[in-house]
Amino acid sequence: MHADRRGDTSSGTTIERTSDRELVVTRSFRAPRHLVFRAWSEAELFKRWWVPKSAPITLVSCEMDVRTGGSYTLVFSHPAAPEPMAFFGRYVEVVPPSRIVWTNEEAGEAGQITTVTFEEQDGLTRAVMHDLYPSKEALDAALASGSTNWNDETFEQLDAVLAEA
Amino acid sequence: MVQFSSAQLDLAFAALSDGTRRGVLEQLGGADASISDLADQFCMTLTGMKKHVGILEDAGLVETAKIGRVRICRLGPQRLADVSTWLERYRQMWEARFAQLDDVLNELQLQETNHARRSTR
Repeated sequence: MHADRRGDTSSGTTIERTSDRELVVTRSFRAPRHLVFRAWSEAELFKRWWVPKSAPITLVSCEMDVRTGGSYTLVFSHPAAPEPMAFFGRYVEVVPPSRIVWTNEEAGEAGQITTVTFEEQDGLTRAVMHDLYPSKEALDAALASGSTNWNDETFEQLDAVLAEA
Repeated sequence: MVQFSSAQLDLAFAALSDGTRRGVLEQLGGADASISDLADQFCMTLTGMKKHVGILEDAGLVETAKIGRVRICRLGPQRLADVSTWLERYRQMWEARFAQLDDVLNELQLQETNHARRSTR
């Protein structure tokens, strides 16, 4: 194992299904909280990290009005999809620099509510991303389909890239 | 990938929601064990462990066979792998995103530091 240049031994991504309808992803970042918040709330920064480079997906456009009541639209293109895919929703609650809550409405009313919180301690910012699905079946389906906008093929490519890394 | 009915998924996820049962699966991943071995390892009554193993068995995560007077448990056919693979894939996607976010954050910090240096001059 090689030493990471950021020395982030504590920054591994964890994921846990905390209930039938809830999924929690956590990660710590070696950066102050206000910068982590900026990277999640400014479109120019957000679009630089949201799509893994290894994924055969392009973020065509990214519009984000990150304030309570604001909305967002992310448009992706994928070689296998004839049309670009739009993902959109509203910001239910935005409290800089500690909390963003948004809806995911591309699937109609059956979308999950995502809450991300940022807590800073000793120079580390811990991001906790909590997804609340409308039903157990919706979360099962999201997980079974490889989740969100990623299909098996995408993940196989991602696996391959990660294995080389 | 094996396709699951939602009833099977219910059972598998319910079985995995308990720390003891995840521990049992980890143990069985190393070696088969009898129910009484498992009960000892997890400081639990035989009846309590039988219940946990029963839930894992219903979910297909564990299978048991009676050998003489002892009931031996072992991992069921590949189901745990499928359920955990989904979570692991999802985790890897986030890890790939977050590695990129690390780079963005490093750059922002550098900008901030440079800006602070300039303004103190």
